[in-house]
Amino acid sequence: MTGMETTAASPRFVMSGDLTQLFYRLAAVGLICVVLSFLNDAFLTINNLLNVLRQASLVFFMASGLTLVILTGKIDLSVGATVGLSACLAATMIKSTGSPWLGAMVGIGAGSLVGIANGVMVAGLRIPSFIATYGSLWIVQGITYYYMAGETIYGFPPGFRALGSGYALGIPIPVYLMAGFLFIGSFFARRTTYGQQIYAIGANAVAARLSGIPVNSRLVLVFIMSGAMAGLASLVFLARLNSAEGDIGESLTLPTIAAVLIGGTSLFGGIGTVFGTFVGALILTLILNGMNLLAVSANWQPLVTGAIIIFAVWLDMATTARREASA
Amino acid sequence: MTDHGLTTQPAAANASVLTHMPGVAFMLILLFVAFATASPGFATLANLSNVVLQSTILLIIALPMTLIIMTEGLDLSMGAVLTLTSIVFAAVLLPTGSYAVAFLASSAVGSLFGAANGWLIAVPRIPPFVTTLGTLGIAQGLCLIVTDGQSIVGLPPQLQLLYAGTILGVPVPLVMAAVAYLAIHGVLYHTRFGTYVPALGGNREALRQAGVNDSLVLVAVYTLGGFMAGVAATLLTARMNAAHPTAAIGMEFDAIAAVAVGGTQFERGNGWLFGTLLGVATIGVLRNGLNLLAIPSSVQVSCVGLLVVLALLVDGLRSTDE
Repeated sequence: MTGMETTAASPRFVMSGDLTQLFYRLAAVGLICVVLSFLNDAFLTINNLLNVLRQASLVFFMASGLTLVILTGKIDLSVGATVGLSACLAATMIKSTGSPWLGAMVGIGAGSLVGIANGVMVAGLRIPSFIATYGSLWIVQGITYYYMAGETIYGFPPGFRALGSGYALGIPIPVYLMAGFLFIGSFFARRTTYGQQIYAIGANAVAARLSGIPVNSRLVLVFIMSGAMAGLASLVFLARLNSAEGDIGESLTLPTIAAVLIGGTSLFGGIGTVFGTFVGALILTLILNGMNLLAVSANWQPLVTGAIIIFAVWLDMATTARREASA
Repeated sequence: MTDHGLTTQPAAANASVLTHMPGVAFMLILLFVAFATASPGFATLANLSNVVLQSTILLIIALPMTLIIMTEGLDLSMGAVLTLTSIVFAAVLLPTGSYAVAFLASSAVGSLFGAANGWLIAVPRIPPFVTTLGTLGIAQGLCLIVTDGQSIVGLPPQLQLLYAGTILGVPVPLVMAAVAYLAIHGVLYHTRFGTYVPALGGNREALRQAGVNDSLVLVAVYTLGGFMAGVAATLLTARMNAAHPTAAIGMEFDAIAAVAVGGTQFERGNGWLFGTLLGVATIGVLRNGLNLLAIPSSVQVSCVGLLVVLALLVDGLRSTDE
């Protein structure tokens, strides 16, 4: 019983600490919106705002899975490559069978398999996660390139394409999906035993193990969830682009990591929320969308994203140090 | 200056030699025999000298990567910085025509990136993989911005002599790689600075207690990495006689792989420079052999990845044995 009480008490503490952090981030979203609406008339239109939400949803799918991994104090650098593999396999399946459902199963299944491999390397073989998932990034990307052999798969059934570009009641379908996963993800992290154990592992893995949490199987679980969410993202991406190429996921790794970190999830584990990641995805997308509207070349995107990653971690470390000093 | 903790380093290095020598040497011999059997063109003098020549660029960046990993660090930005310095080298060489100025510019840009990495890791203490992931993005972005995605061509044809020429009958890249190896070997094993490097990975706190400016050492190690990327960039540019914005993207993975296969550990500061040399040879043989068997480079990358996992697996099994 006492164990129950301590795990129930810790999230509330984290929550209150996060609340001011979250406020700052929402203020940043507001500020970016105000600045962009002054700089460009096209920004504050319903169409553009819905477009921002749609773009943010893609980042969010990948980033929400990654958030769980980072909450345990680990990292998954293979999300972008996993999106690529899942998209290409799902594309083949949809083209050959005509069934989007089979395609979805293959895409999410492939992502989960990569997640299992990552989880086994990190939890079972004790390889540091940044090096294990960096290795799997290149292995998975190699497999994808080999499988595609430079080909492009395009032209999917309209029913499937609606997943990426369709609307319901005037709102893009991926946005509904994002809302759904935001709710599920937040509920999972905050209100289930599994979620609480994930926070506990990130806060102190040794203490978590000693208090009877099956650390290894939870680690495998978060990597599987990260892979599965990358699989889901690949489907929406595929439906949106209506084509698949080997390098489809290559440029997604940096934005995904940036969204999680700018959303306030600490790289050192135990601190962060899925909602924060949603806000992070929104901030990142607004910045990239703004650059696009201001006719800044897409060549600037990796530079800006890289700078955001460093800035976000720096900010996190500075504020954590200050909070600890004042405590 | 006390010798506390530092006296254990030679012993640790010896232990590393003993435990890892068989592994990487075995892997190299195995691959060599396998490719010699599978492909008649492999074990010829012409091909093997080609392997050596092609491995020089990788060795030049794998050497500082060894030191970086010995500090329990990592540099994911090295491939992108190598690409950027190659672009800087070409972009400065084209209008000025001066190799010296071009090299100064490229090595300065490389060193600057290295110093920035080192500072971010040492002072605000941002974890190495995320620092260098960020600078990877910045370097990659700069590559695209500077070139607008285009190659820089029209470089003087004499530049090719840097890669294809010889000094006293020895190919220039080999001379550069040998000098780099000897210099870094000297720094790592025969200077006081060299003893600090594994100590940073083994026990940074002890090093600080001993009165060493640990941040400065860390910045120096990463700066060396950036500088060596600038050095390798001259060979890369000379080999292609052009600079391309994605030329060496991902090459840091081969470097990290060579270091890992060579028996340097990602934790505790155990490292071995000669192992990296063997690791580079292993990666070089693997890629060349797969090339001869007409296996696409995408699959080669996967094979390198599997080799790393295998090396780390063996490493993990060993450390649990102890």
